[in-house]
Amino acid sequence: MSTSELSEQRKGRPDEIEAVPVRHPGRWVASFIVLVIAASIIRAVITNHRFQWHTVGHYLFDPRILHGVRITIELTVLSMIIGILLGVLLAVMRLSPNPLISGSSWLYIWFFRGTPLLVQLLFWNFISALFPRIDLGIPFGPSFIHANANTLIPGFVAALLGFGLNEGAYMAEIVRAGMLSVGEGQTEAAQSLGMGRLAIMRLIVLPQAMRVIIPPTGNETISMLKNTSLVLVIASVFDLLFEASQIYSAQFNEIPLLIVVSIWYLALTSVLYVGQYFIERRYGRGFSRQQRVTMRARWLGSRGNPPVADTG
Amino acid sequence: MIEPMVKSEGVHKRFGQLEVLKGISLEVQRGEVMCMLGPSGSGKSTFLRCINHLEKINAGRLSVDGELVGYREQGGKLHELPEREIASKRAEIGMVFQHFNLFPHMTAVENVMLAPVRVAKVSRGDARDRAADLLERVGLGDKLDSYPVALSGGQQQRVAIARALAMQPKLMLFDEPTSALDPELVGDVLDAMRLLARDGMTMIVVTHEMGFAREVADKAVFMDDGVVVEAGRPDEVLVSPQHERTKAFLSKVL
Repeated sequence: MSTSELSEQRKGRPDEIEAVPVRHPGRWVASFIVLVIAASIIRAVITNHRFQWHTVGHYLFDPRILHGVRITIELTVLSMIIGILLGVLLAVMRLSPNPLISGSSWLYIWFFRGTPLLVQLLFWNFISALFPRIDLGIPFGPSFIHANANTLIPGFVAALLGFGLNEGAYMAEIVRAGMLSVGEGQTEAAQSLGMGRLAIMRLIVLPQAMRVIIPPTGNETISMLKNTSLVLVIASVFDLLFEASQIYSAQFNEIPLLIVVSIWYLALTSVLYVGQYFIERRYGRGFSRQQRVTMRARWLGSRGNPPVADTG
Repeated sequence: MIEPMVKSEGVHKRFGQLEVLKGISLEVQRGEVMCMLGPSGSGKSTFLRCINHLEKINAGRLSVDGELVGYREQGGKLHELPEREIASKRAEIGMVFQHFNLFPHMTAVENVMLAPVRVAKVSRGDARDRAADLLERVGLGDKLDSYPVALSGGQQQRVAIARALAMQPKLMLFDEPTSALDPELVGDVLDAMRLLARDGMTMIVVTHEMGFAREVADKAVFMDDGVVVEAGRPDEVLVSPQHERTKAFLSKVL
């Protein structure tokens, strides 16, 4: 405590400042305009009977829609798992000192980022035209498993390959950026303890890189959720949008069904927001703690409970 | 004759065109504390990093405990050691960095027990007990579960010392351990190092702490521009240096 504070305590605490706040007329005007616009939009949505809100309610939990939601979730989750695993692998390869390994990773990323997702999906859909038979075995040697491409790669698997392999290319760059964000001193400290390259990657670099990796990965997941609607081009996978389009092409009620679809996508996206919040908090350990402590200290401090400084 | 712990003969190190070490020859005996002094850019830290093969030397011979660093000599030829063997040799040498380099996503005790569990394959329970002991010894018995971000610089550096000691090294390297600290936090770190020296640990310390060097070191080395200018007992080198460059440097730091 400084001497001036001590002397003030002796004299008694000066009065709390109670000043007249500055007026912000601009804010009032802006708020009013926003409210008017919002009100007119809400009015239009409610009074326009072409929205057919009762039809929306009728189809929101229709079994076909729910089935579509399930397929959309499955596609998103599985594709992201493939994408993330592939992304980590490609990023580690990209940072390898071996030029052949880092070069092949670069080539992969170049190809899958350089062609449209829709084209890639169609390619996987027509894979049997390219490779009618798929043999698994020793390259250039005997093969053990022979299969018809169409039975080995049904529509759902084709979609997973299309989304997952494409996502891997984007995730690779995100993971690489995360790994580069971890200081060299961390690797050196781990090396000087006798740890090997893979252990350093897994225990030291990746956990810290997660902080940088997670926000863009959340972005990617949300993109993926909505991009799965492209699966429309693979005729045998019935996702949310496809199921809805089946219904409205029979019933001629496009608008309400598209609203149903939008509601479901929004709901699923909101769930992802919550998930991302918790994952970010988990990997923020050791980085955000002090901030949280000082926040708490500030609150307590303002109520006359002095924060305890932690010094060596 | 007993083998010295560290033996350096004509060690050269280049970064591209820049020659940072121009023939370093010196020896550190078992249980000895050697302090290395000199202006920044003189190559002290680089030499330290060569000892645990964080940097590869370009010429000369460098050995720790009688074994070459990073190579094996066979049939008159040097063979590079595989990564696994380099790692297992590094595990026997503790290193403390200027900027601590604690792992920020682990608590103090997790930092200290990491290498024993992952490298030496000690059980978690034993490693934790020993880590707690070590942290107690450097005066941080009450900070086991603190994350580095919640510790002061001096506390972080003492955790880093405990972390290096956890692998029971035969040699400890200190790369300017107090240079990044506020003046009032330096003392605790130096105390921890003093304790270690008293226990007979072989130590090489790159430092600007003249008082510590005079008090604790058995040998002082003054380096400038990639060469050892002067080496000897600390009272010789630091109190009555023979060389003009040493005198000029000491007059600036004291």
